[in-house]
Parts: sequence; structure tokens; C-alpha cells
Amino acid sequence: MRNKLIYWLIWVSVLGGILSGISIFSLSVGSAGIPVNQIIPLILEGKGTTEYSILFDIRLPRIILGFAVGGALSLSGVILQGMFRNPLVEPYTLGISGGAALGVCLNIIFHLYQTLGISTLPISGFLGAILVILLVYSLSIRKGILKIQGLLLTGVMISFISSSLIMFIMAISRTEDIHGIIFWIMGSLEETNWLLIKLAALISISGLFISYKFSIQLNALSLGEEEALHLGVNVERTKKILFVLASLLTGCSVSVAGIIGFVGLVVPHFLRIFAGSDHRILLICSFLSGASFLIICDTLARTIISPIELPVGVITGILGGCLFVYALSKRA
Amino acid sequence: MLELINLTCGYNSKFLLKDINIKVEKGELIGIIGPNGSGKTTLLRAITRVIKPEKGKILFEKKNIEKFNFKELAKKIAVVSQISTANVMTVEEFVLLGRIPHRRRLQFLETKLDEEIAHRAMDLTGTYNLKERFFGDLSAGEKQLVVIARSLAQEPELLLLDEPTSHLDIAHQVKILDLIKRLNKNGLTVIIVLHELNLASQYCNRLILLNNGTLHKCGSPSEVLTYQIIEEVYKTIVVVRENPISSKPYVFLVSEEERQKKGEMC
Repeated sequence: MRNKLIYWLIWVSVLGGILSGISIFSLSVGSAGIPVNQIIPLILEGKGTTEYSILFDIRLPRIILGFAVGGALSLSGVILQGMFRNPLVEPYTLGISGGAALGVCLNIIFHLYQTLGISTLPISGFLGAILVILLVYSLSIRKGILKIQGLLLTGVMISFISSSLIMFIMAISRTEDIHGIIFWIMGSLEETNWLLIKLAALISISGLFISYKFSIQLNALSLGEEEALHLGVNVERTKKILFVLASLLTGCSVSVAGIIGFVGLVVPHFLRIFAGSDHRILLICSFLSGASFLIICDTLARTIISPIELPVGVITGILGGCLFVYALSKRA
Repeated sequence: MLELINLTCGYNSKFLLKDINIKVEKGELIGIIGPNGSGKTTLLRAITRVIKPEKGKILFEKKNIEKFNFKELAKKIAVVSQISTANVMTVEEFVLLGRIPHRRRLQFLETKLDEEIAHRAMDLTGTYNLKERFFGDLSAGEKQLVVIARSLAQEPELLLLDEPTSHLDIAHQVKILDLIKRLNKNGLTVIIVLHELNLASQYCNRLILLNNGTLHKCGSPSEVLTYQIIEEVYKTIVVVRENPISSKPYVFLVSEEERQKKGEMC
């Protein structure tokens, strides 16, 4: 046991180190390069300079949001894959992203954000996500039992329905609105509202803590629901709480940052291969790696052909997909 | 120890088991036999609360099992089910999962005691040398032994096994049933679902024969395994003789061709 603990601590500290390294790197690069060794003096006494405001008003918010969203998405991916015992499940499989996107679309075409303020965009996204969660949940529950397979199928169908509705809305809306919708769907970590960023980080970290309360139950569930029951796990309660937790994490991420694909699918997979399938280590490792992955992708997205900024979802897809195919072929 | 009173249950209000009454005493080794679809597994699932009784009740140590919480019950009843899923977990990690019901609140790592108990369970089942191997890489026989080790790590008072010997060669069949017999001698109460009538006859003190969801016959192997009862329940012609060494009943099958030959000769 002692060896296991040491092994786990090494993993956590290595991944934590990588995360801080990437964050510092991301702070220093950009259209105005700030050398790494100047960052600390700038933070301490640079108040008022342009570099200071670039660091604190432009780059730091993105890094914190990348940390929150990347962490939340991979955490939600680990939980769902563990619960469904299906490695292809990801946070967006359950239709939550579709619901959020639909909410934002409706907001954009009715110009609510112009009359009520730009911060209604994440709120309408979140409402859409919640609506889908409730719908999927109530459709898959029979006699108090949450049917896992039903959950998956309903989720996939709701995804299809909402993406069709989004296309319908786009077909009948004006060009400026279409631009706004597409921009949102592609996903971005650009967010100027500090309150929203802090909230996202808070939710994401509390999600990590709550998920740890269920790490043992997740280990038992990896044997199957019936076996978990034989081991004394209250399977129904666990499934319900985990589903709601994963959904809320996804809903929050999507409504703040749009649809950033692949993080929730690839990162948990990788960590399962390298760190092992024990959820006591998998949860934290996925969280840290997801955060690092999204921050580095976002840094690439805004520097690769600067000053044009690429949608971060493009980078996560290409980078994540290639890494994943490589890892799989290497393993076989 | 365990008492099933007028138990009626099934899936989606289709009743598979009707009015079952069984009383299990401490220290017994009971075999449940019966044709496919007669409700053997359903009976086990009712005892482990996977399905709820529609009528009747199940008492464990004189207390209705629905009054237990899942964790309490898992400390007393362990199950070895038919399908043990393969995954990327070492044998040791797998056996340690058996300690889950004994975990305290906010316990993060396994304790020294948990490890000792898991190691003892692996010693008992002869799987200690496999402890670093991955569960998915084991043979079917080894997997079954490891699953039994996990259930022993639960330190149960009652062990339920669902066809632990199917898909295994005779060496493993005997090895596993000998192990179960040994555990039973040491005070563990065992209920075991078996397909193979001759193994059931050889190892169990008492047999319960289910047919179409009802209890057809209950008693010692020589009371239950007569050719009349088997032919009635299984609709198959058999010959029953005594095993020369154990003097327990032994069921012989006869092929259609042989039956016809015999018929011509008479």
C-alpha cells in the first residue's frame, strides 16, 4: 500500500509540475512575448505597465478558464466512462452540449444578449444544458432504476435532435447571427467576465472533491452494476449522483467556453493506459492532464498563425486525435 | 440462517419464481439444480437483492434482508457470479475490491488488515502467485479462483455461487468444489447453483431441484436424484447408479441411438 501511495504521489506531482510549467509558458508566449524570467518581477512591481495588463487581463483569465474547463471535461469523461463501462462515452455523448448550444442559439437569434447583456449567453447555455439533463434523466428512469443503456441512447438521440434544430435555426437566421452561432459552437476560452471565470474554476474544483467521495464506488462499478451491488455499493444512488455531477460539470464548461471536443474522450483514455484504472488516482490525474492539455492547445491556437486566432476545438481535435491514434497503434 | 418464505418474484411483473419456501441452516452446503430457465439464478439474485420479491420475504438471521443496508449485507453474504468481467486490474487489486464493504467512512487506502485478509484469501485459493498478473490475462479456471478469493476477502458468513464450474475442465471443477467443501467444513454456509448433476450429487449435503420456477423436490442427493424425478423434470431418459466410492447417486446419459438399439433388443 505504501508503495502504491508513493507511486500515486509521483504521478500527481509530475502532472502538477507539467501543469504549472505549461501555465508559465502560456503566460510568456503570445503576440507580445514576455520572457519567462521577467514574469515574476512584473507580477511583483509591474502594476500599471502594458505587460502587466496583458498578463493579468488577457492571458491569465484564459489559463484559469482552460484549467477549469479542461479539468471539468476530463473529469466528467472519466466518471461517465467508468459508470457506463464504455470507453467511447464522453461528456458530449449525453446530449448536454447540444442542449447548451441550442440555448445559446435561441439567445442569439432573439438578440437577448443585446438587450439583456452579453452575460446572458452562458446563462442560456446553462439553462439549455440543465433542460437536456432533466429530459435524459427522466426518460431513462424506470421504477426508480436508472437504466444505463437507455441513458446512452436517449442522450445520443437528443444530441441529434438538438443539432438538427440548430441547423434549422441557422437556415432561417441572418448572416451576422450565423457568424455568432458558429463562433460559439467552435468553442473558445476567451471570456472577459472575471466572475464567470472564478465560478467555473470553483465548480470544477468542487467537482473534483465530490468525485473523490465516489472513487471506491467507481472502482466497484468497473466490475458491473450487479457485482458492485454484491460488494455493498448502493448502485442506484451512486449512478444518479455521478450522472448529475458529470452533467453539471459538462453543462458549466459548455456554457462558458462553448463546445470544445475531444478533451473529455482522449485524456481519460490516455490516463487509463498510463496511470492505471484505479479511480483513486485516475480522477486527479485526468483532471490535471485535461487542464494542461487544454491550456497548451489554447496557447497553440492563439499563437500558431498569430494574429489570427484559431478555434481551440480545432487544435484539441487534431492534436488529441493524432496522439490517440499513435498511442493505440503503439499499444497494439 | 437464511429463510425464504412464500417467495414470488420475477422480471417486469412476469413471475419466474412462485411460492418458494426454503430454510437454510448454518454450516450447510446446498446445491440448487434444475433445467435452464427454471429460476436458479433468479433465486440467487433475489437473495442478493438484485431483484425485489413481489410477494413473500427473505429473512437473513431472522431479519428481513430489505432492512439491511447494502454494505451490511455485503459483509455477511458474498457472491461469485457467472460472468466475471475482464479488465486491466492486477489480481491483488481485484481481490482487494472484496474489502469494500468493510471500509470505513473517508478511508482512502486499504489498511494493513485489509491486505492481510486479501493475502489469506489468495493463499486459501492458491492464487497468491498470480497476484501481480492482470486479471484479464488469466485462464478461465484461474479467474474463477480469483473471484472466489475476492468473495472470501469479504469475510462472509454465507457464500453464494452461480455455476462456478461451467466452462472448466474436470481438474478445475474438482479443485474449485474441493475448495468450497473445505471452506464449508470450516464453518462457511454455502449455496451453490450447479448444472452438472453429478458434481451436485458428489459435493452437496442437500439439493434443491427447481422446475418452472417452483420448488420440485428438496432433500439429500439420493432422495432427489432418482431416475423418475430427473426424467420428469428434464424430460430426458437417464440411468441412475451408485458411485462405487462415495455411494452417492450418479446419473448416466443415454444417446438416442443406444436407446433405439436397446429397444430393438428387448
